[in-house]
Amino acid sequence: MAVDSKTIFDRPVALRDVVTHYCPGCTHGVIHRLVSEALDELGLRERTCGVAPVGCSVLCYNYFDTDFMEAPHGRAPALATGFKRMRPEMIVFTYQGDGDLASIGMGEIVHAANRGEKFTTIFVNNAIYGMTGGQMAPTTLSGQITTTCPAGRDTSHTGQPIRVAELLSALVTPGYIERVAVHTPAHILNAKKAIRKAFTLQRDNKCYTLVEVLSTCPTNWGNTPGEAVEWLDENMIKYFPLGCYKDYVEPEGS
Amino acid sequence: MSQYEVTFAGFGGQGIMTAGQLLAYAGIEEDKQVAWIPSYGPEMRGGTAYCTVVISDIRIGSPIISNPQCACVFNRPSFDKFTPLVKSGGLVIVNSSLIDVTTDRTDVDEILVPANEIAMKAGNAKAANVAVLGAFIGATGVVSFDTIKRIIKVKMAHKKAVLEINYHMLDEGRKLALKTLGKKAKG
Amino acid sequence: MAKVLMKGNEAIAEAALRAGAEGYFCYPITPQTEVAEYLSKRMSEVGGMFLQGESELAVANMLFGAASTGKRVFTTSSSPGISLMQEAISYMAGAELPAVIINIMRGGPGLGGILPAQADYFQAVKGGGHGDYRTLVLAPSTVQEAVDLTMLCFHLAQKYRNPVMMIGDGMIGQMMEAVEFPESYEEPPLPSPDEWAATGARNRKARIIKSLFLDPVGLENNVLILEKKYQQMIREEVRCESYKISAKNKILIVAYGTMARICQTAIDELEADGVSVGLFRPISLYPFPEKEILREATRKNIKSVLTIEMSMAQMMEDVERAIQGRRPVHFYGRSGGIVPTPEEVKEQVHKLLSAKRHSSKKKS
Repeated sequence: MAVDSKTIFDRPVALRDVVTHYCPGCTHGVIHRLVSEALDELGLRERTCGVAPVGCSVLCYNYFDTDFMEAPHGRAPALATGFKRMRPEMIVFTYQGDGDLASIGMGEIVHAANRGEKFTTIFVNNAIYGMTGGQMAPTTLSGQITTTCPAGRDTSHTGQPIRVAELLSALVTPGYIERVAVHTPAHILNAKKAIRKAFTLQRDNKCYTLVEVLSTCPTNWGNTPGEAVEWLDENMIKYFPLGCYKDYVEPEGS
Repeated sequence: MSQYEVTFAGFGGQGIMTAGQLLAYAGIEEDKQVAWIPSYGPEMRGGTAYCTVVISDIRIGSPIISNPQCACVFNRPSFDKFTPLVKSGGLVIVNSSLIDVTTDRTDVDEILVPANEIAMKAGNAKAANVAVLGAFIGATGVVSFDTIKRIIKVKMAHKKAVLEINYHMLDEGRKLALKTLGKKAKG
Repeated sequence: MAKVLMKGNEAIAEAALRAGAEGYFCYPITPQTEVAEYLSKRMSEVGGMFLQGESELAVANMLFGAASTGKRVFTTSSSPGISLMQEAISYMAGAELPAVIINIMRGGPGLGGILPAQADYFQAVKGGGHGDYRTLVLAPSTVQEAVDLTMLCFHLAQKYRNPVMMIGDGMIGQMMEAVEFPESYEEPPLPSPDEWAATGARNRKARIIKSLFLDPVGLENNVLILEKKYQQMIREEVRCESYKISAKNKILIVAYGTMARICQTAIDELEADGVSVGLFRPISLYPFPEKEILREATRKNIKSVLTIEMSMAQMMEDVERAIQGRRPVHFYGRSGGIVPTPEEVKEQVHKLLSAKRHSSKKKS
């Protein structure tokens, strides 16, 4: 038997063989895996440096098997800028949640994207602050209940949720921005394509790339993993439509 | 001379900062210690601009010079502000093209240089600052004319015509200074 | 190399390049913007990276990312901008990263003014950001010394893998003096950054550059590693200078930066009037030259110590701590961008001397 066995599924080399701290039903694990697969397939792991955010994925440096920096809350794009500018031959990605990127780090992400920094952002949007225990995020949906809007988000009081992919696509410079989800196998396959494309564009030194990934948080949404998948499908995608918001176009004459 | 302090003051565009820098460069050229201290306040945008140059044989201490030995004033507000601050026994050089008063202090020398008129006549209105610089060097001898001429050549006048105008301005300033002080010495 | 006349800010910029700086990140703020203007031209000539960021907050974090590559990187700013940088400075200290931060100080608090001050002493010397850490702090008093110390900052940052600050008041940045750059930059050997920098996990384990230690034992351990470095700084990096210190002094003045030069002039003029005063000038503010001040202040002839600052009795606290109550420590300072003149310094000395005569009369 052993002689005839063939490995058809394994852990990516860029993902360490460790148990993560993520809650059951959280899709961070899936996203980690997709990033690692892309790095493996493109042969980039040994020249990659990731930037971890503050939030649930703060410890992601323990899960990816690449060099890593741990940034102050929201500043991952600034660290990535400084790093990539000094070592353009390296592959750099920031892994950021919605509080990190769209609240405290909004300034840094807008300017890094607008300068066309040649790194990749994996933006994980689960519409809530996970690590601190379920507070309202800039992407929390209207009416969604969190510990700091227990009656549901009142948009007359706090404004409408921020659509990051659309907002950054309004900038002229950024090259590739796509929103994907990972709550069904079909969505996962699409998300993989987008992440791989982002790293390919970075490898080829083309442009700033961002993939927004809609993600679940059953613990803080107060539902089961199965219900969370349904809730995302029924509520989040309506407000955060999936698709490519900005596709890379070769400049004329190149 | 162990240390000499001079303040150049006027409004923006009169070449105040440049005049001070040329003098400072000349000081270095003669192996002296120099410091060029600018005014950098809101006033550098529109009001009085001034700088102080310290030239010394020894290590320069305070860059805060409350009472310089000389003030070169290019406009009326500068005249009003700096003439009273000059040390007793010191010198005031006044751009008489733009300042129609003279000092009533009797404890300082005063040299009137119609700098703008001389400069216009020579064909380069921007060179007024160099006439005042010439008067200053002529009166004090803090640096030599040979040195300042070299510095002007290297730092600002790459064209022969411009250089000649600047040398002419230096000379006009010097003549006025010698005439003024000489007269005074005789009288 | 011949002497050249340079503005402090430009001289600092050139010195950084000559010390091997390859990356500079900045945000405009008076009175240090000339550093950025100078490097926007010069950096590309030497093949380095110049980048103007969107805020000091971002700039300091760019520095954090850039320092993680192991290359020599720095930023310059002025007081309000340095406040915004404290976040990243704390993180860099925690993550043991070398970076040089230069503060050309203006008056505060708040937006304050743009004229010279030394009011960021506490911020620089006592931490600035959160947590158990220190930054090594140097303070020049001439443009030449700003050049020399800037170059030293890059060496010390690498030696200790810790943020190093140079603080100069606006006067140091704005004035021009003759400076001479060394023909070549020589420094004692340093461990290669390849031993710790993020350069890609090729043929080695992946490296994590971080200041997060959720386990308190791990965090305390990291703090102790830092503390060991600070103790080494105290042993090896104290720098100071004295001026006209003699057995005839009755008063010892302590001042740093531009203030020390003003005191020198006052001391020269006092000497001409037959009054003998000595000056002690700390060059390293952290580590503070405690033993050296104690030694000078407790000489038999010294009756009292006068600390003079362009701030409100900030360094004085360190002077008092160093002297341990063995001499009275007096203070004189101006703030808000007003710089004490030599005349004011002399007046303070005379006041102190006459008060002393007065009190000794009382005793007799």
